[in-house]
Amino acid sequence: MMRPKRLGFTILHRAAILAYIAFALFPLFWLLKVSITPNDLLYGEGVRMWPSRSTFDHYVFVLEHSDFPLFFRNSLIVSLSTAFIVTALASIAGYALSRFAFRGKFWIVGLMLLTQMFPLVMLIAPIFKILSPLGLTNSLTGLIIVYVAFNVPFATFLMQSFFDGIPKDLEEAAMIDGATRFKAFRQIILPLTLPGIAATLGFVFTAAWSELLFALMLISGVDASTFPVGLLSFVSKFSVDFGQMMAAGVLALIPACLFFFFIQRYLVQGLTAGAVKG
Amino acid sequence: MASIDIAAIRKAYGSTHVLHGVDLTIKDGEFVVLVGPSGCGKSTLLRMIAGLEDISSGEIRIGGRRVNDLDPKDRDIAMVFQSYALYPHMTVAENMSYSLRLRKTAKDKIATAIAGAGAKLGLGALMERRPKALSGGQRQRVAMGRAIVRAPKAFLFDEPLSNLDARLREQMRGEIKKLHQDLGATSIYVTHDQIEAMTLADRIVAMNAGIVQQVGSPLDLYDRPANLFVAGFMGSPAMNMFAGTYRNSGGAPRVELADGIAVPVGEGIAATDGARVTLGIRPEHVVVTRGGGPGIQAFIDLVEPTGFGTILHASAFGSDVKAFSLERGLATRGDTVSVAFPVDRIHLFDHEHGARIG
Repeated sequence: MMRPKRLGFTILHRAAILAYIAFALFPLFWLLKVSITPNDLLYGEGVRMWPSRSTFDHYVFVLEHSDFPLFFRNSLIVSLSTAFIVTALASIAGYALSRFAFRGKFWIVGLMLLTQMFPLVMLIAPIFKILSPLGLTNSLTGLIIVYVAFNVPFATFLMQSFFDGIPKDLEEAAMIDGATRFKAFRQIILPLTLPGIAATLGFVFTAAWSELLFALMLISGVDASTFPVGLLSFVSKFSVDFGQMMAAGVLALIPACLFFFFIQRYLVQGLTAGAVKG
Repeated sequence: MASIDIAAIRKAYGSTHVLHGVDLTIKDGEFVVLVGPSGCGKSTLLRMIAGLEDISSGEIRIGGRRVNDLDPKDRDIAMVFQSYALYPHMTVAENMSYSLRLRKTAKDKIATAIAGAGAKLGLGALMERRPKALSGGQRQRVAMGRAIVRAPKAFLFDEPLSNLDARLREQMRGEIKKLHQDLGATSIYVTHDQIEAMTLADRIVAMNAGIVQQVGSPLDLYDRPANLFVAGFMGSPAMNMFAGTYRNSGGAPRVELADGIAVPVGEGIAATDGARVTLGIRPEHVVVTRGGGPGIQAFIDLVEPTGFGTILHASAFGSDVKAFSLERGLATRGDTVSVAFPVDRIHLFDHEHGARIG
């Protein structure tokens, strides 16, 4: 039997967690609620936790009568490409930073940190100026390049910390067993870094998926718009179509959820347990 | 199998010098143990032989072939790490076969090699397990198995038993020795544990501060340590050491210790009258007699029974004299005893440089 004092603490502890979860998830709930509320009830019913009548009209409209499927496809292309390119680059760079001592390492790390210090708004004009003559404005490729550039430094640090957590002995053992350094990296170290790779993929994917500033500034046509920009199209001069906007928002959550669903088993896995003394 | 020649090997990290010119020849099939305190450069030397550290200067040859610029994979050596370094995402069988698979060995040959190594090490039932499902001793065996399936030119061991508890360490020590007797493979073994060094080695290389202090058979190092470092490092409980002055005028050769006590020493000591020396004697060679027998009067401060024998700490001429005796109940705390240092058991070292002088 638990002593009453400990029981009290446990209840308090659980209640605190519950309160936090409710607080964190409430905006999502509200998103869902508004997305199924018919327009006539949106303002008519006051603040209610659930509308008296629900409808999927907003979803139907968004899917069939708006450019949303196109935005969606664009976002998917940009986010997936960014996530995979960044993770590949960050893995290689992170491994180098974790394992090798080389000339200029200090300055490279310093420069990478420096890139993280500027507010992005400052950089929009110069970036536009660079991309424009290259024909990379109003293009998904341009957007991918920009996202990759901005995400690589942080992702590299993230990957480096995962590589730091894997004992050097493992690749040394592999090299003595007859592997080249690259083979040891690919066959021994990478499989053990899967949780790190999953975390990096997830982090970069979400960052690219929800990025608005550059998407808005670099893209002007509908053809290359991503969905955050598309969401803004529900805001017109005189009104905001909240129902459709929220429905689009809910739809936009699906890929992110799916993505995390697929990588979550790597995120939580402690694969290195038992590698060295335990 | 192959011999290993190490010539004038130096290692420096920037301005920090770790190895100051090591020369060593390891014969084919020999078991050599590198022993020394941590930071003495023994692991660095091993890693240079393995190819995991660059060689600052000097030359290493394995089987007559210069390997300075060869990658670890081309040196055909196997290594057992202190951490075992088992691949966590592979089963025992996959761990052991990794090197053979990299060499594209035929499947049936791999199977035979693994089965052979598994049987030798008692791993048969564990082949499909992952390292994390194994105990420390089992992981240690897998690490050994991974090394022996390849039949490499030489085995390198980097403190392989340090992570095991005392009983298992003793058992694995025996297994390593037996394995070496079976395979007759050239082996280099690094440890800071002088018992491991004594029990395993054909030859011991005692190192300190990046310099080889003495090379010889275990009993050589124990019976005739070349200097104070080796004398103090080998043996447990450690050798007694007393500062004194060597005298050979006006009587037989002797060493004067504190309180006017003179200990007779043998002939042929490489020292002049009045030289400052350090007198060493192993605890098991100190003769303790109850009551006022011949010798130096001493008082027992501390008695440590080990079961096997008894360690006595006695104070005499202002020093702590350790004695080891197989006899139980020789003395208890507070007793007055006499201690004697037999002439043929005394080691004399130069006080300043620590070199053996007799």
